Amino acid sequence: MLSEIVDIIVYILLVIGVFFNLLAGVGLLRFPDVYTRLHAGTKCTTFGSIFICGSVILLGLKMWYFGSSDGSVLAIHTAGALIAILVTNPTGAHAIARAAHRSGVKPFGAVVDDLEGKTVRKSSPKKKEDDK
Amino acid sequence: MIEIEPIYMIILGLLLLSITLCIIRVFMGPTAPDRVVGLDTINTLVIVGMIVYGISTLSVIYIDVAIVYALLSYISTLFIAKYLEGGDF
Repeated sequence: MLSEIVDIIVYILLVIGVFFNLLAGVGLLRFPDVYTRLHAGTKCTTFGSIFICGSVILLGLKMWYFGSSDGSVLAIHTAGALIAILVTNPTGAHAIARAAHRSGVKPFGAVVDDLEGKTVRKSSPKKKEDDK
Repeated sequence: MIEIEPIYMIILGLLLLSITLCIIRVFMGPTAPDRVVGLDTINTLVIVGMIVYGISTLSVIYIDVAIVYALLSYISTLFIAKYLEGGDF
């Protein structure tokens, strides 16, 4: 009885996770712009990875509960991988977005850029030329 | 008790489909940040694929490799972003 309930929860988590990971690929193809592609490619994969790793952790806990020794190791290591994904993925996306804006990529259909000149570093060569 | 390991192989196939869509964006991308976004997405999907394959074959070594791959791909993404910005480090 407990095993079947856990299996159903694992299936639901897997379906949600794979749906969002497929949406990441589709959105990466269909969106018109670097920044909107970052929304699709980073947020969807982070959200889907949470659900897939959650299903793996739940399955490992179930195996550990029913007496398999591999289950606890699988659950703990998957939790470590999930923490690594959660820390590194938004940070990398922020770095890519900042690099894209500094290298001069405009948003699709943008008329006014409110951040123009504000993201230039003080030590960069362009700023020094402007000061002179 | 339902046999759950073949389900994870189907999940791995769907993740490979998503990786294929990202590879199309990497080759089509008009600017360099588009390609970097595609590579970052591919990295995350490969990490999840390693975890899914590890639970499917019940071998913990794939999940350990996934942790190391996550940290190294994060460093490579940060370095490429620094390179795209230009200027000095």
